[in-house]
Amino acid sequence: MLLEVSELAVDLMAPGGLQRIVDRASFSLAEGESLGVVGESGSGKTMTALALMGLTPESARVAGSIRFEGRELVGLAEEAMRELRGDRIAMIFQEPMTALNPLHSVGAQVTEPLMLHRGLRKRDARQRAVELLEHVRLAEPERAARSYPFALSGGERQRAMIAMAIGCSPRLVIADEPTTALDVTVQARILALIDGLRAESKMAVLLVSHDLAVIAGHCDRVIVMYAGLIMESGPVEAVLREPKNPYTLALLEARPRPGAPRGERLRTIPGAPPATHQNQAGCPFAGRCALTVNACRTTPPPEVAFGANRVSRCHRAREVGFAR
Amino acid sequence: MNLAARFRRRGGASLWFGAALVAALIAAAALSLIWTPYPPAAIDVPHKLAPPSWAHWFGTDSLGRDVASQALAGSRISILVGVIAVGIGLVFGVVLGLMAAFARGLIEDAIMKLSDFVFAFPALLSAIMLTSTYGPGVVNAIIAIGVYNVPIIAKLTRATANGVLAREYALAARAAGRGPIAIAFDHVLPNIAPALIVQATIQFAIAILAEAALSYLGLGAQPPQASWGKMLADAQNVLYSAPWLALYPGVAIALSVLGLNLLGDGLRDALDPGLKARS
Repeated sequence: MLLEVSELAVDLMAPGGLQRIVDRASFSLAEGESLGVVGESGSGKTMTALALMGLTPESARVAGSIRFEGRELVGLAEEAMRELRGDRIAMIFQEPMTALNPLHSVGAQVTEPLMLHRGLRKRDARQRAVELLEHVRLAEPERAARSYPFALSGGERQRAMIAMAIGCSPRLVIADEPTTALDVTVQARILALIDGLRAESKMAVLLVSHDLAVIAGHCDRVIVMYAGLIMESGPVEAVLREPKNPYTLALLEARPRPGAPRGERLRTIPGAPPATHQNQAGCPFAGRCALTVNACRTTPPPEVAFGANRVSRCHRAREVGFAR
Repeated sequence: MNLAARFRRRGGASLWFGAALVAALIAAAALSLIWTPYPPAAIDVPHKLAPPSWAHWFGTDSLGRDVASQALAGSRISILVGVIAVGIGLVFGVVLGLMAAFARGLIEDAIMKLSDFVFAFPALLSAIMLTSTYGPGVVNAIIAIGVYNVPIIAKLTRATANGVLAREYALAARAAGRGPIAIAFDHVLPNIAPALIVQATIQFAIAILAEAALSYLGLGAQPPQASWGKMLADAQNVLYSAPWLALYPGVAIALSVLGLNLLGDGLRDALDPGLKARS
């Protein structure tokens, strides 16, 4: 396995004491595989991604284990972590508008990791940067390298970000909502680009998104997060076709359906996610869930396995399909 | 769009008027290096307290020194004090501010508390303390004014650097494996430079005022050095017999400070990072 995460916990310093943001998350990722992480805002998906990069905020406490290429990353010295970042693990950010520095040319920013990790000289790195920009199918790569971020469109900027990320042929690319800020048509092209790069270089992709359609189209497996907990995990197709967790089901039902009768209201999940997860005895979804029973409020939900590679965290996991 | 065009569009009248006054100040200092009507320190008692005339444009003071020559030469001290004192403030302030922004935690608290401590002393009081301990003179005055500049620049640097570090491109740079020093030079400094330039201009004006005040009190420039503050002090003794003597150094100080403040305001408009992103 390229990446094995077990019992990963992230606590953030909050005014009322430590607050658990990611709760004992375990998952793994093989070479060339694509794993989707889906969940609402505040479900802990971005914090999970940042923990993998060792970029959690200063006040955060990270516990558990992250093994990457057989090496433990939790507790790794900052210098050693810095050598991995941008070289073996790279990240693509949500906002291509703000993830590029407005004061440096695009070429200079793509050049940075190449000089840092590959020790390329400026001229060679520059040459390679133009090749990379061409590789991510930016029109006129020479001109794009010379231009400043403001002169590029959102999609072009995101391509430049991807060029920056793949420059050193990382084994793992973490894409945190890479297309959320883009138009739908541009979104499809960017995702297709990431798919293509993954296929040709056998890099693994961790795709963080709140969009089930994006995950469905571009991932092999998916984990569904809620209030820091992994509620369900398994192959994308199986999880989305036949969810074994009420939360996944609720997410799927909240999507607009093509062909729905005119005027039909979108279904919503009643209530709001719990503000703090720490003091909750039972399931964080209890109360918003249609299947809530007494056990849900008092005991943490157990992990229920379905076959070799599907897990649902729910007291009534075996009833989910039928209770519909 | 190039820089000059942006300045023309945004800086407006205050930028150009301020720049003209500052240019005049620098020109006066440069001129005084190669030529003054008379040697500024040359005493000529028989012609003391002469009113303005063709021979002495601004008149002579109580020792018969040519006031025009002194006013020209006095600009040198003002610029010298301003440049070095602001330089001290920038170098130490930027380094401390960046350290605070990057280190966080205990180091940040220590630096900021120390800044508050220095900040709490009125600049003139600490300058008087320093010069009374180590003796009056331009060097001690410069150090005192420079030390006063450090916490101002440090606070500004920390606040603006924190703003840059919160941007996604700073996180992206870390995700690319860059260390704090590289991020400081490549990402933070270029983005906070406009704010620092504007503040430095304002501090320059304050330094000129502080030097004049210290020299007026006899703690700054010492005879035979010419200084506007000292000229004011001398003029005070003969205020009723030769009131014009106070006018020249007073106007020179006022125009210099006005020019620097206008320049600072104009630069603020021209370099505003909020407007920059859209151009």
